[in-house]
Amino acid sequence: MTSRRPSSPASPADVVALSLEPDVTKLVDEKLVAPDWNQTPTKGFVTNSVVVLGVRKGNPKNIKGWADLVKPGVEVITPNPFTSGGARWNVMAAYGSQIQQGKTEEQAVDYLEQLFKNVPVQDKSARESLQTFTGGKGDVLISYENEAITAQQKGEEIEYVIPDETILIQNPIAVTTESKNAELAQAFVDYAVSEPAQQVFVEKGYRSVIPELNDEKTYPTPSGLFEITEFGGWDTVMKKFFDPEDSIMQQIQESLGVSTS
Amino acid sequence: MSALPRPAAIVVARPAIAGALATAYLSLIVLIPLAAVVVESSVDGWAGFWDAITAPQAVAALRFTVIASSIVVAINVVTGTIIAWVLVRDDFPGKRTVNAIIDLPFALPTIVAGLTLLALYGPKGPAPFDIGFTRVAVLAALLFVTLPFVVRSVQPVLMELDREMEEAAQSLGAGGFTVFRKVILPTLLPAIASGAGLGFARALGEFGSVVLISGNIPFKTEVASVFLFGQIESNNTRGAAAVSVVLLLVSFALLLVVSWIGTRTDRHAR
Repeated sequence: MTSRRPSSPASPADVVALSLEPDVTKLVDEKLVAPDWNQTPTKGFVTNSVVVLGVRKGNPKNIKGWADLVKPGVEVITPNPFTSGGARWNVMAAYGSQIQQGKTEEQAVDYLEQLFKNVPVQDKSARESLQTFTGGKGDVLISYENEAITAQQKGEEIEYVIPDETILIQNPIAVTTESKNAELAQAFVDYAVSEPAQQVFVEKGYRSVIPELNDEKTYPTPSGLFEITEFGGWDTVMKKFFDPEDSIMQQIQESLGVSTS
Repeated sequence: MSALPRPAAIVVARPAIAGALATAYLSLIVLIPLAAVVVESSVDGWAGFWDAITAPQAVAALRFTVIASSIVVAINVVTGTIIAWVLVRDDFPGKRTVNAIIDLPFALPTIVAGLTLLALYGPKGPAPFDIGFTRVAVLAALLFVTLPFVVRSVQPVLMELDREMEEAAQSLGAGGFTVFRKVILPTLLPAIASGAGLGFARALGEFGSVVLISGNIPFKTEVASVFLFGQIESNNTRGAAAVSVVLLLVSFALLLVVSWIGTRTDRHAR
């Protein structure tokens, strides 16, 4: 897993590999990462994945896509988007799926509200959500494809559905400006995006940033795949959806209280 | 009685050095960090502070935390006193072991406590009930981590208690309950209050044991500390600090009341 509050108050690091692009942008603002970090063949990304819907063995609730998550009686597990970077991808996948289906922004926000009414546990991280799900709670786990594959590789009884509409998760990597071993650090980053290293990522459940390495059987491209740029990129999305004091998700969290008390 | 005359110089000098050391230490470890929290909370002035602590989600989390802590303390006052009583007055095999177990909730990393409670009483646990991710689960976690407080503050007082007073009361015709209420309870009260106060303060700020077993759903199962964590992770340290200040003030007020009960009963006893 990648971390979201990284080297900020000066812990020495040569390389940063984080959840979201704005995490690196923040470091660029603090002059800890060079502004041209994303001028690489892979645009600064080291791994990709997609948001998937984890289900119980045999898919007893017959989950096929996003519409099934807002049905009554379906329990959905996803972390709290204010504590978990991973959950932000989940939220944007759910929101974007509605836009992809031709819904209006307002309808997509309504969908999010319906969705969160079906969430009985908002763990603080994606890892804990996985634990909650494998511990027996919930019918659907909104998760990264790579997390679901890792869980399967560890023998957890989890299956997953790749919905037709989902978001491409892109994880950035960069060398820091304060690195005392800049050359070695750059060599490491270069290696991480090279074919042999990417092959390892593919085996571990990630989609490669080199498209040819992604076998269509394991990693089919969903018909309605979209990127975060669709919504103006992370900077815009963070303000509009995830500002802790005034944003779409903050209002949805607040509506949870109104509707139940 | 002939006590050795003490050299006057030391009597004067010692408290001065001790006082200076205590002040320096308290400042470094407690006062400066607490002051920093207060300063951080007031960066945006009174209006910003007020907005942060009156946001509906913050209010809900604070209310739930205070209510849950109060319930937990009420339960602790009864069960803790009973446990202390049994440990002091009764004899049974394995008493020493039980006595040692009381402190274990202090030693167990709280996150492990939460995980264990979840494994036992959660959806896949062996228990016939499932309290996982509910408000009851939050209470259970808080009861676990606050168990030692009342027990350990009541126990020594009970050990020192003068049995002759009880016997005197009995010889004057007082029944068991009357003896407890009129003779024992007033003596124990400051200790119970102090244990309750510490337990309450601990419960208010508890994070580790609660975060896994609570559903963390805003307005339902989200406690203040988990709400704070969300604010910090979303880069709103000011809001987090503001809510922390409220928790600190509530704790401080309560601990003042406890110490007031202590001095009042002391005077009363004399």
